[in-house]
Amino acid sequence: MPRVGEPEGGVMVAIRATLRRDLVLLLRRRSEVLNPLVFFALVITLFPIGISPDPELLATIAPGLLWVAALLAALLSLDGLFRGDYEDGSLEQLLLSPQPLPALAMAKVAVHWLLTGLPLALMAPVLGIMLALPAGSYLVLALSLALGSASLSLIGAIGAALTVGLSRGGVLLSLLVLPLYIPVLIFGAGAVQAAILGAGVSAHLAILGALLAVAMIFAPWAIAASLRISING
Amino acid sequence: MWAFIHKLGSPKWFYAISERLMPWFWVAAVALILIGGVWGLAFAPADYQQGNSFRIIYVHVPAAFLAQSIFVAMAAAGFVFMVWKIKLADMAAAVMAPLGAGMTFVALFSGAVWGVPTWGTWWQWDARLTSMLILFFLYVGVIALRGAFASRDSASRAASVLAMVGVINIPIIKYSVEWWYTLHQPATFSVTSRPAMPMEMWLPLLLMVLGFYSFFIAVTLMRTRSEILRRESSKRWVRELVGEGP
Repeated sequence: MPRVGEPEGGVMVAIRATLRRDLVLLLRRRSEVLNPLVFFALVITLFPIGISPDPELLATIAPGLLWVAALLAALLSLDGLFRGDYEDGSLEQLLLSPQPLPALAMAKVAVHWLLTGLPLALMAPVLGIMLALPAGSYLVLALSLALGSASLSLIGAIGAALTVGLSRGGVLLSLLVLPLYIPVLIFGAGAVQAAILGAGVSAHLAILGALLAVAMIFAPWAIAASLRISING
Repeated sequence: MWAFIHKLGSPKWFYAISERLMPWFWVAAVALILIGGVWGLAFAPADYQQGNSFRIIYVHVPAAFLAQSIFVAMAAAGFVFMVWKIKLADMAAAVMAPLGAGMTFVALFSGAVWGVPTWGTWWQWDARLTSMLILFFLYVGVIALRGAFASRDSASRAASVLAMVGVINIPIIKYSVEWWYTLHQPATFSVTSRPAMPMEMWLPLLLMVLGFYSFFIAVTLMRTRSEILRRESSKRWVRELVGEGP
């Protein structure tokens, strides 16, 4: 029998509860999940119109285009990561909970990746066909995006947490986050390029994994500190 | 030791001690930059490959050094502020950011000017120029974030967190950009892999670097002093100092 005021269950219970709550909330607002995907498809549509419909030309720039467009789509979805919780006050409850905030923030980021990064990665090969992406690189494209977008979600969440208290944080958020995205973009697009050239991709994917590992170590603490700044300020 | 740190953290004490230190750094900065500048621009021998255009190095390299050092110093000050709540550290971080952004711009601009005689173009996606450009964006982000908050305390803490996140990322960005560059554009002409510089080229460069650092310290002291006056304007010692009645 726990004492009054003491939380029942451990940190895993809290993480599971946060995961379930965020999943349910996001799945009920489907447009928030679908909008980045539509944005991704739209941006990819703009390039052949703006540059040239020539498949050979498109094939050479397709890896970079797909990666940049997916990165921007992920960026676009970041503003909503903490915004809703901030506005209805549940973010404050999260901060007040006796469980470690970095773990809870990590759970929120995991849901964000599951419903933004992963769908983007699954959709990218379809758009790759439209850009005449050379065969043999489709699996690597999806894999690199799945791996890389997890880092993007973690790094982006720091920016989202820093700007959640600001009424017009959208442009500022991209200003803060985009420079930090560059290593992920380099190795993500590099992996697809390497697959097209027939070189080994394991080195690129390994570095993407290493970036993710570093982000997983540092980002939760930075997100937690930023959330406290945004709430108490 | 702790008493000393506490004393150093007091704006009033810092204001007094920096008044004595600042002239020395100004003298050092002016003397070193003058001697190094005249020596490097007028007396150092011309480069056998690049002729006189290599003399841009005497501005470019010190500025690039400073651009990176200031970011690290800013993040260190942010760390001190976040951990020990020393307001003085945040004042220093706040005044360092624009100076660092300025130095990054100087490094970028001098790099672009140097590019005309060596590469035949104002801009090339060279690894160093690219990572310098990203560093510039990081500075802009920190300055913009600090300006976006209504409350000064939130602004200070947010800027500190971002500076620390940035400083962890700088080496990652630097190395990934270098890797990217070697993959895409094998260097046709490298500025750095020249044979070791002769002494008479290298010494003025050293003087310029030291001069730029002294300049940075002097400007930071000066601007931190005015930041102290601005933020502590309601304190009695400041009002007495500026000659306002109680």
